[in-house]
Amino acid sequence: MIQVENLTYRYPKGDDHAQTYVLDGIDIKIQPGEFVAVVGHNGSGKSTLAKHFNGILLPAGGKVYIDSLDTADRALLFEIRRRVGMVFQNPDNQIVATIVEEDVAFAPENLGVAPEEIRRRVDWALKAVGMYDKRMHAPHLLSGGQKQRVAIAGVLAMTPAYIVLDEPTAMLDPVGRREVLDTVLKLNRQEHMTVILITHFMEEAALADRVLVMQDGRICMQGTPKEVFVQARALKSMGLDVPQTIELMYALKAAGLNVALDTVTAEECAEEIMKLI
Amino acid sequence: MLKDITLGQYYPGNSPVHRMDPRLKILLTVLYATLLFFIKGFLGYGVVFIFTVGVIGLAGIPVPYVVRGLRPLFFVIVFTAAINIFMTPGRTAFRLFDTPIAATHEGIYMAVYMVLRLSFLVVGTSVLTLTSSPVALTDGLERLLGPFKKIGVPAHEIAMMMSIAIRFIPTLMEETQKIIKAQKARGADFESGNIFRRAKALTPILVPLFMGAFRRADELALAMESRCYNGGENRTRLKQMHMTLSDCLSAAIAALVLAAAVTVGYMGIL
Repeated sequence: MIQVENLTYRYPKGDDHAQTYVLDGIDIKIQPGEFVAVVGHNGSGKSTLAKHFNGILLPAGGKVYIDSLDTADRALLFEIRRRVGMVFQNPDNQIVATIVEEDVAFAPENLGVAPEEIRRRVDWALKAVGMYDKRMHAPHLLSGGQKQRVAIAGVLAMTPAYIVLDEPTAMLDPVGRREVLDTVLKLNRQEHMTVILITHFMEEAALADRVLVMQDGRICMQGTPKEVFVQARALKSMGLDVPQTIELMYALKAAGLNVALDTVTAEECAEEIMKLI
Repeated sequence: MLKDITLGQYYPGNSPVHRMDPRLKILLTVLYATLLFFIKGFLGYGVVFIFTVGVIGLAGIPVPYVVRGLRPLFFVIVFTAAINIFMTPGRTAFRLFDTPIAATHEGIYMAVYMVLRLSFLVVGTSVLTLTSSPVALTDGLERLLGPFKKIGVPAHEIAMMMSIAIRFIPTLMEETQKIIKAQKARGADFESGNIFRRAKALTPILVPLFMGAFRRADELALAMESRCYNGGENRTRLKQMHMTLSDCLSAAIAALVLAAAVTVGYMGIL
């Protein structure tokens, strides 16, 4: 379980943000197996929060516990980083090696895992993200979505309990975005991996079990996608979008039709419209 | 243009030369490059020629492909030859357009040697890079330098830097192309003017390229730390290196042939 208790953070003095808190009193509990999406507009602190989960940043105030291990404890740093895999936005800037399988092997090599065990983990991780066929390829010849899946495999090879993805689809085309999301969903549903997805695409957040909405370093809304997105007006006032399905329902309601407003998936949306006909 | 350079590229294959332990290959290449400068007489170079062509043939690489690697060095080779022909003191062979600049017999000999040495050096060393993947090369280097860690040689760090550099060459090339296009779209002119003007025109390419590279380096460092990178201490490797008996045998044969090339020169034959 990940526990964040009254977390505050501000960038070191001398920086532009010297006075303002980037994170301002955050409390979260994330249960094993959960799929949590964190949304918020630029500068809401969501990436800063993500960097606290594996000790890249340390709290200025409050605590972050990973399975009751304190991230502020230097001695536990590598164990925490092994348990919390982190995938970043730009796939090019997180691939280290010139061959896919060598890159996936990077983390277990760092951890001093025995060669046969590394082989096993690399094969498993590449199969889990559907990149096993490309294991001997050079990363720069892969598409954006494929590179990002390799990056996910590189993290999986540490056998983490949690995966934090910091806007993993922001630089991808729609096809790549789909590939990465399907991979993340599969890991959550089939491998029971706990997933924390930082994103600004509401369609992605709609797939999660729970959505956290951040603004000005605080969590200002949370709940199931249904519970959150039904408050479309509040979200819009924060400069956030709502999924198109919800958008459509609001438009229909405004046109005087009696429809439910919490249709997150396209199927629910279709059913609701069918009721009208 | 940059794509034509065969020097330092990898030519995938599965020949005995490709499969040879990279550590031995690196050592043999060093031996080859050193001995080239001890060879006297054309017979010695004849032996080296047969050896080099033999290895290239065994590796299954077309000889013209390897020789193309000499192209970027054409100017250097011609320049070296010219300097040697005209600057070596000795018996005058001919004068250049009746000027005091004279070519000497000794100079011509010297020039031929230098051209042979340089060409074999480039061709021979490119066989190493053509037949070993970058990963194998950096791994081999790391392990060869391993014993020197005790006297402070950062073997792991050197290998890591090399492999990251190799990894980012295509990425940065792509970025350079993008920047060039972007600057051209803003009206930048890279093709006209003298050499100084053109050099100056590169500034709007280099500045964003360097900024981008630093930003990438930052993010990469973060990603590496997130994957528990902590330097070379206690690191294991996915691929283990095995030196087989046939590796040792072929290395011994190669060393013998090279030694023979040096010896025939000293025996005064030709």
